[in-house]
Amino acid sequence: MNWNAWIPLLVVASSMLPGLIIFNLAEHRIRLRTALNLIGALVKLLLVGWMLWGVYNEHIFETRLALLPNLDIVLRAGPWSLFFVTLSTVLWLITTIYAIGYLEGSPHRSRFFGFFSVCVSATVGVALSGNLITFLLFYELLTLSTYPLVVHRGTEVARRAGQVYLNYTIFGGALLLLGTVWLYTLAGTLEFTPQGFLQTLDEAHHPALIAIFVLLVSGLGVKAALVPFHGWLPQAMVAPAPVSALLHAVAVVKAGVFGIVRVVYDIYGVDFASDLGVTDPLAWLAAITIIYGSLRALYQDDLKRMLAFSTVSQASYITLGVAIASPIATIGGAVHLLHQGLMKITLFFCAGNLAETLGIHMVSEMNGVGRRMPWTMAAFTIGAFGMIGVPPIAGFVSKWYLGLGALEIGKEWVVIVLAGSSLLNAAYFLPILHRVWFQEPTHPWPEERSFGNQETAWALLIPPILTALMALGAGVFATGSFSPLVWAQLIAQREFHQP
Amino acid sequence: MEVNWGVVLILLPLIGGIACFLYPRLVKILGVLTSFALVLSVAGLGWQIKINDIYRHSVGGWDAPLGIELYADGLSLLMLSATALVGLGISVYSVGYFDREDSSRFWPLWLFLIAALNALFLSADIFNLYVNLELMGLTAVTLAALTGSRDALSGSMRYLLATLLGSLVYLLGVALLYHGFGSMDIGILSVRVESSPVAWVALGLISTGLLLKTALFPLHFWLPAAHANAPAPVSALLSALVVKASFYILFRLWLKIFSPISEGVEMIFGLLGSMAILWGSLQALRQTRLKLLVAYSTVAQIGYLFLSFPLAISGVATAWSATAYLILSHALAKAAMFLAVGNILCFGVHDRIAGLDRVVQRLPLTASAFALAGISIMGLPPSGGFIGKWLLLEAALTKGRWDLVVVIILGGLMAAGYVFKVLGNAFTPSSEPHKSRPVPACMEWASLLLALGAILLGFFVSPVSSLLDMGSPFDISGVRP
Amino acid sequence: MNLAVHYTLVGVGLFSLGLYALIVHTHLLRKILAINVMGSGVFMMLVALAKRNGEAPPDPVPHALVITGIVVAVSATALGLSLMLKLNKETGSAELPEDQQE
Repeated sequence: MNWNAWIPLLVVASSMLPGLIIFNLAEHRIRLRTALNLIGALVKLLLVGWMLWGVYNEHIFETRLALLPNLDIVLRAGPWSLFFVTLSTVLWLITTIYAIGYLEGSPHRSRFFGFFSVCVSATVGVALSGNLITFLLFYELLTLSTYPLVVHRGTEVARRAGQVYLNYTIFGGALLLLGTVWLYTLAGTLEFTPQGFLQTLDEAHHPALIAIFVLLVSGLGVKAALVPFHGWLPQAMVAPAPVSALLHAVAVVKAGVFGIVRVVYDIYGVDFASDLGVTDPLAWLAAITIIYGSLRALYQDDLKRMLAFSTVSQASYITLGVAIASPIATIGGAVHLLHQGLMKITLFFCAGNLAETLGIHMVSEMNGVGRRMPWTMAAFTIGAFGMIGVPPIAGFVSKWYLGLGALEIGKEWVVIVLAGSSLLNAAYFLPILHRVWFQEPTHPWPEERSFGNQETAWALLIPPILTALMALGAGVFATGSFSPLVWAQLIAQREFHQP
Repeated sequence: MEVNWGVVLILLPLIGGIACFLYPRLVKILGVLTSFALVLSVAGLGWQIKINDIYRHSVGGWDAPLGIELYADGLSLLMLSATALVGLGISVYSVGYFDREDSSRFWPLWLFLIAALNALFLSADIFNLYVNLELMGLTAVTLAALTGSRDALSGSMRYLLATLLGSLVYLLGVALLYHGFGSMDIGILSVRVESSPVAWVALGLISTGLLLKTALFPLHFWLPAAHANAPAPVSALLSALVVKASFYILFRLWLKIFSPISEGVEMIFGLLGSMAILWGSLQALRQTRLKLLVAYSTVAQIGYLFLSFPLAISGVATAWSATAYLILSHALAKAAMFLAVGNILCFGVHDRIAGLDRVVQRLPLTASAFALAGISIMGLPPSGGFIGKWLLLEAALTKGRWDLVVVIILGGLMAAGYVFKVLGNAFTPSSEPHKSRPVPACMEWASLLLALGAILLGFFVSPVSSLLDMGSPFDISGVRP
Repeated sequence: MNLAVHYTLVGVGLFSLGLYALIVHTHLLRKILAINVMGSGVFMMLVALAKRNGEAPPDPVPHALVITGIVVAVSATALGLSLMLKLNKETGSAELPEDQQE
């Protein structure tokens, strides 16, 4: 019995099953719910670890289930999949702890954690997909399971934000579906193959392939918050902080970006895409998004909205890395997937802490909060510096590689974009840091909750510190033998040379 | 001992119906037992077909053309299974829904309707189809009028007139076919029919009559009122099964007799189907009451079934399987949806969409049922509706029919619009909270299980396909060009 | 043959008259009568069909169809009439509500 064939499916099931059970638990069964959540997260972590070790030793992990004649549902562990899956799994564990602390005493927690778990299963499914139809399936499942989380609070504002979210994501899903079916009718297969599988098609199909690329990237670009499809992301900030933290900063947005990565590398192949002429427009779009997102962030007073626009901007770094067809830029883009995840989640955790502990939602209310919540603000500072690109935090490493990769193939304008973006990031983060650490509070905190001698609850305090340290570590130990950077280099190798 | 499952499938509900009429106190038990027995009988028939490839039986030993012959292949089996499964769900639901007085009227009629449906799906000649069509129509009309309210009565009156008109037009077509080609038997006709004015007029008449009964745009005017004003289980059976029966006849006749001689009529079907999708979805979006929204959704979904005609006749055979898939998933999903709406009505006494006071929290099973059914209706993965939509899109793209592609995608988007209009309001409290009544568990579970069926259909494509292929219903090679 | 053609034409005529009446008249009793007239038209055509092979005995199959059709028409008429009566009791008029507004 080939156990390895079932591991990818088990990874998905490890959060789906607890999720389905949690739906049926009564509100007060806190301990059982917490236990289920944590057990699921740990099991998933173990399975992922096993896959990591296995792939390192050249084992194959692939689950294949027939869907339609000639089309299977495929879950496979490869370098890209494991990269994303590990990030999601580790961050899910941390976010679960955070969510438990954040939602303490709130209504409808069973419903929340149920959908939360289904959501993570969908993300993991997206990560482990081995072909475009499996990707599509889990991608849509992600839309469906995040909707209840956005409207969780049940207010009219939440309902409308949910409506906007749906309008964008369902539309994107329709574009993705159309592109997928069309591609299937032309190519006969949808399997992700390193360096792509479309080069063999007849030249007469090239216009259709370009149209399909536009459809696929547009559909994926909605979740990836690519301009002009980014409108839902700031609106979705009405959801509770744990939702914003994991899902919108990490899982949903990353799923969209990951999809673009897959399309460019494993369906079209970077060189073929470049020949078709589609990578340059993508690069420009990514660059516009980077600058636009940063500019909008400058004008926000609401902290979470500002972070949302920052995500819009940062997610496109990865897209940019993909669209610049060079190995070093690929490394930069790949590693930024992980780094951005760590840094952004730290920032959202801190924003959540401020809201939960002190009732702070606006930047203008943050004066002097560094003295009241030093640990949280220290984590925030690390995250902020990482966003700006200050060494030795992780963000610097990704920007460095992106810049190098661009220079390597003669696209100097990218470096200007990167520098400009760093300046803009500094422009909106540094004033906040100044406010937080060096200014006196102008009025009492909006709604303070006391936690005894600590600045806030343990469950709210540990996660941001942990992720901030990870962001720091990813940067400082970038050249170590198991760092994300080395992994990214392995990925780039597979995409640009013979496997 | 070989059991004659086809005869069982017809006699069992007939006897059950009569028994319910004679013993009103036992209706619920009799009804549910009969439904359950029907599921087993369909399984038995399926087993028989698997071994023999088709099922054929001459009733009373009299062969065609004078006698009545029963015939079943993969497609018939699919329809029979849909009837049995959805029927079981509706029966279980109705145990909790109707009070004693309404029960004594509902159950006999419901069982007679099932008998008519089963007989229809087992028919092998066009006149027997007429008879069963009438049986079905009359019972359906009566069921639609069950509540006795003004809206129900006028809705079912219009339904009666429309269905009678449709049958008469159909009968005229049958008469012409017999006049031209000398037989009522579908198999014999499929060989004899050739292009000629008689055949074309017959095609036109039969198709028109059946289109009226299937409520394809623009002949759909009777459907929303009839389906929305009936009691919830009746709405479910009308939308899920009854309109599919007349479509099945159209489907079958086109597969066997009309496809080679069609001369472009299938293009009209494609056009009307597209308009049905767009118009029905648009109207559904505008509704303020739940039941009307779901009824207009049926009008739209019926349009999808007709999109496969132009595709399949121009050569893509998988388009026919797409239709079969859509029939089955829609039957399950739409029944689940109407039953869920019935729960909401039972719970809160009104069905205004804006006032769906936090239904998600107070009726989680029902809300899940509606959501899952909605996923299939929207054509999102994983569900039977997604598979059907995928197959249709594949066929349309292969043939370069971009008009159909756009319609299918738009239809999906609009369906998402109206499904989430309901779900979005189901999370929020309404401005005037209303008192609630408890909903029996069997009602909630019936709707949820049917909805799950629609979703699971998305995972079992292979078994369903091999079931469909038994007896090669889609093979038109035996037909004269 | 002439007789058969004659019957067929009358049948077509009845059918058309019935259809016109069904669409135009608003009173339900008239609509039900119209359906019956249309039915009779179709039955006449079927009877005409039975006699098409000249001197030979008429084809019994269409006759069987007509008898079945008559039975169905009677049941349907009964149902329609009782619905109409109930509607009249509920609303005080024997016309469909939308038709009344015109």
